[in-house]
Amino acid sequence: MHNKTIAELARGLRSGEFSSVELTRIFLDRITQHQNLNAFVTVTPDQALAQAEAADKRLAEGSSGLLTGIPIAQKDIFCTDGVKTSCGSKMLDNFIAPYDATVVTKFNEAGAVMLGKLNMDEFAMGSSNETSYYGPVLNPWDTKTVPGGSSGGSAAAVAARLVPGVTGTDTGGSIRQPAALCGITGLKPTYGRVSRYGMIAYASSLDQGGPMTRTAEDAAMLLQTMAGFDEKDSTSVDKPVPDYLASINQKLEGLTIGLPKEFFGEGLDAGIAAIIETAVEEYRRLGATVKEVSMPNLKYAIPAYYIIAPAECSANLSRFDGVRFGYRCENPSDLTDLYTRSRGEAFGKEVKRRILIGTYALSAGYYDAYYLKAQKVRRLISEDFKKALSEVDVIMGPVTPSTAFGLGEKTGDPIQMYLSDIYTIAINLAGLPAISIPAGFLNAMPVGLQIIGQYFAEDRLLNVAHQYQQVTDWHQRSPKGFE
Amino acid sequence: MDNQKWEVVIGLEIHTQLATQSKIFSGAPTAYGAEPNVQACAVDLGLPGVLPVLNEEAVRMAVKFGLAIEAEIAPYSVFARKNYFYPDLPKGYQISQFELPIVGKGYLDIEVDGVKKRIGVTRAHLEEDAGKSLHEDFHGLTGIDLNRAGTPLLEIVSEPDMRSAKEAVAYMRQLHELVRYLEICDGNMQEGSFRCDANVSVRPKGQSEFGTRAEIKNINSFKFVEKAINHEIERQIDLIEMGGRVVQETRLYDANKDETRSMRSKEEANDYRYFPDPDLLPVSISEALKAQIKATLPELPGAKKLRFIEQYGQDDESATTLTSSRELADFYEQVVQQSGGQAKLATNWMTGDVLGALNKAGLDISHCPVRPERLSGLIKRIADNTISGKIAKQVFDKLWNGTATADEIIEQDGLVQITDMGAIEAIIDTIIANNQGQVEQFRSGKDKVFGFFVGQVMKETQGKANPAEVNKMLMAKLKG
Repeated sequence: MHNKTIAELARGLRSGEFSSVELTRIFLDRITQHQNLNAFVTVTPDQALAQAEAADKRLAEGSSGLLTGIPIAQKDIFCTDGVKTSCGSKMLDNFIAPYDATVVTKFNEAGAVMLGKLNMDEFAMGSSNETSYYGPVLNPWDTKTVPGGSSGGSAAAVAARLVPGVTGTDTGGSIRQPAALCGITGLKPTYGRVSRYGMIAYASSLDQGGPMTRTAEDAAMLLQTMAGFDEKDSTSVDKPVPDYLASINQKLEGLTIGLPKEFFGEGLDAGIAAIIETAVEEYRRLGATVKEVSMPNLKYAIPAYYIIAPAECSANLSRFDGVRFGYRCENPSDLTDLYTRSRGEAFGKEVKRRILIGTYALSAGYYDAYYLKAQKVRRLISEDFKKALSEVDVIMGPVTPSTAFGLGEKTGDPIQMYLSDIYTIAINLAGLPAISIPAGFLNAMPVGLQIIGQYFAEDRLLNVAHQYQQVTDWHQRSPKGFE
Repeated sequence: MDNQKWEVVIGLEIHTQLATQSKIFSGAPTAYGAEPNVQACAVDLGLPGVLPVLNEEAVRMAVKFGLAIEAEIAPYSVFARKNYFYPDLPKGYQISQFELPIVGKGYLDIEVDGVKKRIGVTRAHLEEDAGKSLHEDFHGLTGIDLNRAGTPLLEIVSEPDMRSAKEAVAYMRQLHELVRYLEICDGNMQEGSFRCDANVSVRPKGQSEFGTRAEIKNINSFKFVEKAINHEIERQIDLIEMGGRVVQETRLYDANKDETRSMRSKEEANDYRYFPDPDLLPVSISEALKAQIKATLPELPGAKKLRFIEQYGQDDESATTLTSSRELADFYEQVVQQSGGQAKLATNWMTGDVLGALNKAGLDISHCPVRPERLSGLIKRIADNTISGKIAKQVFDKLWNGTATADEIIEQDGLVQITDMGAIEAIIDTIIANNQGQVEQFRSGKDKVFGFFVGQVMKETQGKANPAEVNKMLMAKLKG
């Protein structure tokens, strides 16, 4: 049962083959069975079973939707009314959100069943899930390696079949990179496609929520529920949401694929390069033509990102001051003591590092040299993509320079850690949609293919990904011990 | 201290709370005086994950203000985060505008001792108010009330164009009058709806560079603005004349002690690390929207004053008084209209008895117990000679203290002016007959005695005789 896709489960529920309560129990049992992965911060069995019962009722009444009765889980960055929302931080270990994020509301209205909240890097800052206050998540393909981050719990849970579909968020690669390292499908939508209301902000101009599933078809089903304008989020875009399932079966004849030469240079594992080339070959067989494109400013993406994201986070995280919610130090002697100890004791090292970088970059006398310059670079990178996407339909390349690295391998070297997002970060700076899909294995570890599309072309990306998944089976492989 | 040697330079920053129903970035109400924290929603509390959504009404009000001072309205303005930690600032940053404010350069005309002057407005920008820290009743702790957090403010920054505390007060009053005319701010200074910070510096007369300025915060009444600025001017001049130097700093005005004291120096000043707020889109104001808002602009104080002089024949002082608020001006015009065009009587009564009584009772015109209908009823009876001006004052007292109309009071109290000249003549004859001594005095040249006779007649008629007629007849009879 746990190997079925969401599409298959939805059909089974509708035909009465099994109930949502049965399904929910099976997945709750698997979560308990594989606790060692540390994929969940909070499991909510009682609420889940209540939601499952309600879903079964809707299914019986015939008032069900696409996701009614389907078990899902939320990254612990989405506020859930009455359930702890930790954002992977000691700061919010005691925080019970008093409201639902828009994305959570949408899943609830669709009748999806939330099994719990997924582990993540603290405040979504990390590429390995090792910065979580709740400890690292293990990669089900090799538990000595990281699952990627920051949506590491999300990726590991789907790969290990603990839940068929989940949410993630992606600020610099936090959906795509863990999806690649765990061998699943992860879509970062266009900035503004999914509401950010109730999604705890890391870097507001880059953050975007999206689905993480095993197949592109399942991702389409989740995105259908998540996407849409939200009047509570001024940066969400008021644009109709297309029927994503309707277009996934289109053939790919005539598709033009762009390969940026900058994606295949120094630093990319040769094994990964070979896998990407094989995948591109497969697309040729499906009728696509391939073209080299160039994006000369890509090399500045990481430095620009590590100014803009920390600058925004330095302000976004100021509200965690020990005054109204979250962690407060014991017996503060005065206001400054309250601030410095509450923040000093409850934020982890990586969070502090980024707050400091951001505060510095925004300081009087440095603003122009850092923040403004980074914004200019951001525009140049967007221009590069715009130009490339005027010549081709989609851009393809690797998601990560290597497969999953060992636990603790890069924690001492932030720069090495930051470089693991080298192929994903530019897409956030440009605000474009991109998907990561399983494309093969290197030394028995999954490798992802990244497909980048035009603004709001999620339908095209899902179509291009789905067609590949019709002729390959990488996405169907399970890690040993989780079959 | 020698004031003749020094020139004072003053610029004001005025925070006006915009009179919107809900907050600038959330749907919570803005009403004043609720129990602490009941008017603070998730957004105002700065809960994790919440996002601001701009209140369009606040934007319209800012544009309205900009148009009224003939300022440039930015076609594109940007909200920025102003970062600092304080317990009543929930997000750890205030959403404000920095590089691209919504209202650019404009001006306001003031008048001090009959001299007109144009004061430049540098800019006006939208921002959210913070909450309040309450230091009493918490046993050494501080209480936080976030009801005010997120209330829309328009911060109006003047050029350093003022040269005396008097000019500063005149500017502030003019602005206060304007925002109430525009109905964008209730102007209530006790409740903090209209607050002022003053930048004050002095320089030797004739010097073109500015002196070092001090910013005085927390001055919340016209009286205090004048006192605080004068106090600061004296402090700076004394300091310099004694060989000291003014340092750039923020000073707090203590109304109880009537002094300013240092709050923080320039070195201690926050680096606010402004940057554009990524949660909000830039605000764009189209020409069409500007035109639409322009059409809703009321007649402004300056234009109204000129019209009152022209249309109602008022002198400058009366026109200034009667246009000092929109309510007062509207009240006046209703009285004129309902009294059948008795502009002069209406002016005299409004600037005299009505404002006098309001002042004494500590009321403003909107709470005047005598509404235009009843006041014009009185004025009509003065105009048609039913009652004398003197009797009218009695009637006004009764109007003020009751609900009856002027006609009812005149009727009940029998106050109708005696127009029967035969009856008055009989009274005069009796008085002359009974006071021969005074008649002699008058005839021998003591004109002052005339007043005695008038008084006697008025006493006999209980003031109901027409004074002009009485004078005429008395004079004729006494001269014999």
